[in-house]
Amino acid sequence: MAAIESLIKDLGPKKFDLRGKVWTVLLIAVVVAGIIAYIDQLIQGQKVTNMRDYALWGIYISNFVFFVATSFVGSVTVAILRLTNNSWRTPFVRIAEIIAVASIIMAGITIMIDMARPDRLINLFVHARLQSPITWDVIIIPTYIVISLLLLYFPLLPDFALLKKHFALSKPKLSKIYGRLSLNWSGSPVQKMLQSRGIQIICILIIPIGIILQTIDAWLFSTTYRVGWDSTNFAPYFISGAFVAGVSSLVAVIYVVRKVKKLENYITNFHFDKMGRFLALACFIYIYFNINEYLIPAFTSKKAEAVHLETLFRGDYAFPFWFVTIVGLLIPAVILLFKAGRKPKTMLVLSLLVVLGSWWKRYIIVTPTLLHPFYPIQGVPESWRTYFPSLHEWLITGATLAMALLIITFLVRHLPVIPIQRTADEQMQQDELKTTEP
Amino acid sequence: MEDSSKKSRRTFLNKGVKATLLTALGSLGLAKVASKINANSSGSLGDTIELMTTDGTLIQIDSTEVETIPEPTKTIEYDVREGMPNRKFVMVVDLAKCKNALKCQQSCNKHHYITGENAWLKVYEMQETQDTAPYWMPSMCMHCDKPACVTVCPVDATFKRRDGLVLIDNDRCIGCRFCMAACPYSTRVFNWSEPKQEFTLNMDMINHHPSPEHGGMPSQIGTVDKCDFCPHQITKNELPHCVTACPNGVFYFGDKYEDTVTNGEETLRFSQLLKDKSGYRMLEGLGTEPNVYYLPPTDRLVEFEDGLEFYNEFQSVESPKK
Repeated sequence: MAAIESLIKDLGPKKFDLRGKVWTVLLIAVVVAGIIAYIDQLIQGQKVTNMRDYALWGIYISNFVFFVATSFVGSVTVAILRLTNNSWRTPFVRIAEIIAVASIIMAGITIMIDMARPDRLINLFVHARLQSPITWDVIIIPTYIVISLLLLYFPLLPDFALLKKHFALSKPKLSKIYGRLSLNWSGSPVQKMLQSRGIQIICILIIPIGIILQTIDAWLFSTTYRVGWDSTNFAPYFISGAFVAGVSSLVAVIYVVRKVKKLENYITNFHFDKMGRFLALACFIYIYFNINEYLIPAFTSKKAEAVHLETLFRGDYAFPFWFVTIVGLLIPAVILLFKAGRKPKTMLVLSLLVVLGSWWKRYIIVTPTLLHPFYPIQGVPESWRTYFPSLHEWLITGATLAMALLIITFLVRHLPVIPIQRTADEQMQQDELKTTEP
Repeated sequence: MEDSSKKSRRTFLNKGVKATLLTALGSLGLAKVASKINANSSGSLGDTIELMTTDGTLIQIDSTEVETIPEPTKTIEYDVREGMPNRKFVMVVDLAKCKNALKCQQSCNKHHYITGENAWLKVYEMQETQDTAPYWMPSMCMHCDKPACVTVCPVDATFKRRDGLVLIDNDRCIGCRFCMAACPYSTRVFNWSEPKQEFTLNMDMINHHPSPEHGGMPSQIGTVDKCDFCPHQITKNELPHCVTACPNGVFYFGDKYEDTVTNGEETLRFSQLLKDKSGYRMLEGLGTEPNVYYLPPTDRLVEFEDGLEFYNEFQSVESPKK
């Protein structure tokens, strides 16, 4: 029991220090700025963006794709590692679940920001047409939100019960909330059996649903004729890209949470080493699909493909393309192969590069293709031939990213970031092993 | 009195000639006249007129027996989403005749009250390779039989009708712009801001019921617009605005089932025209099955360079007068 109390002290909710408060206020400020920009967009119309008839999608859509991709972390780390019985996952599955929930919620909000008539949202349901990939998205995103929430919630039940007990005297109100959330968890064998079975089912469910989500996201593009999107490689390309985006964001968030909450004893170099290998695997799979996506069209060099690739390899988008490919993918993948490259500090830098690369990658998937339609661009103002987000778009996009971080911050603040009960159980098992062995 | 009866006779004669096109109502009318002839062959004295029956024989009948049949304007009721029954609209664009006069575009912009910066009908300066001759290519909505835009629309705002038209219900569009991404012909335009047609173009919306059959009447912020093949003209038995505006007879509009197309001056067999002049469609390889056909820019009567006078690479809609 004393062991659990000390665990709660280490892992349970803790009040923010000054840094935490400044961080939260900063995020709220960015969100407020974005909301003001969005209201202005609602009043004036999407004229305030730099999207026009050719660059008809922009940073909103690429940001949406990034959020969808990042939410894949729930499927890959939590579910796959659980089903394959990798016990080193324990200290960070909860953080992964939190990231997945925050990203998929923000994905849903971001796609609505791109809709020019959000007042007609109801049409998506009353006039839904099943052959449109957007309708598939309307079905899969709420599904994934629900399953991600369940995957976060179910394993939390014992911890909520612990927290209820813990705060019973010091904070009776908070204790009551945790008590409600714990659904009368007592830890009886029947409850444990039901809970583990429930988690098992969710874990099995979330893998195909996560894959379907990424696939539909890819199909939003590959169901068109556009050069650069019309690719049968797109779905696995997006799935592997989501693997990279998810795991790299997880590494970055884990590093920060460990530092702020001083969890060095729980999340050790051993865990970073494992995560590093995992991220390297993700990067190499993604590199493989990148080769398929760019080098094969370059080999046959059909005229339209050649023009498109030219802008990526040597033209207007050469800098982001090579940055994303080399700095955001190749170099981190290679460094992660070495043991020294999998030390926490190095991994923080690498994972931030990969996250930045993942975000920018979506931008160069969306924009260059739209600026190379089949017909020449004529009869429109010259500025329509290029695209760079406007101030409104930056503010709103910044706000969505800040909002995701705010959700993560809020959940990290109020939930045990590492499962307490589970850690206690594992420690007990280890102790038993130690006492019986000699 | 005399004058008006002559007029009515002329209208009737006009109908008789048009009978080759056989509107159902017209043939019914003739049958009625014929039955009356049989009934009073020894009728009253007065003017007689000569008529040709549907099988080609000339007959003389008393003018008093001739009744006027009102113009069959919009007599057939149909569902706007289903389309006009037993019709299939097509367009043929003769590139040999186009010299970029841009009257089509101006007329289209005017009659659809376009306030944006991207016209629905554009004349592209085309040149396949450096060694081949440049030419002018008008482009509008292709009204595809397998429209990519309709497939991807999540709310059925853009739809395909039996008469071939692809139209937009601007009251339903949610502004996701997926249709624009899907269209390979870059034909769709978006209302990025409030169109404000009433102010800049003095548009009169009194007594007007908005319908997908008249695009731009009115345009709505945050929704997609495009060429609608002017069904509001067709129902008045008139040709689309671009067809009548063109001084060079570039555009032929017609009905595939009737196998005729007309540019307002000459009426031709649609299938024969395509055969004789090697008609083709744009981006055929994509399988969109467009309903706009092109005749190649061969044996041109005008120099390509003449069109450069009006060519503006960065403008297709004149900014409204302040």
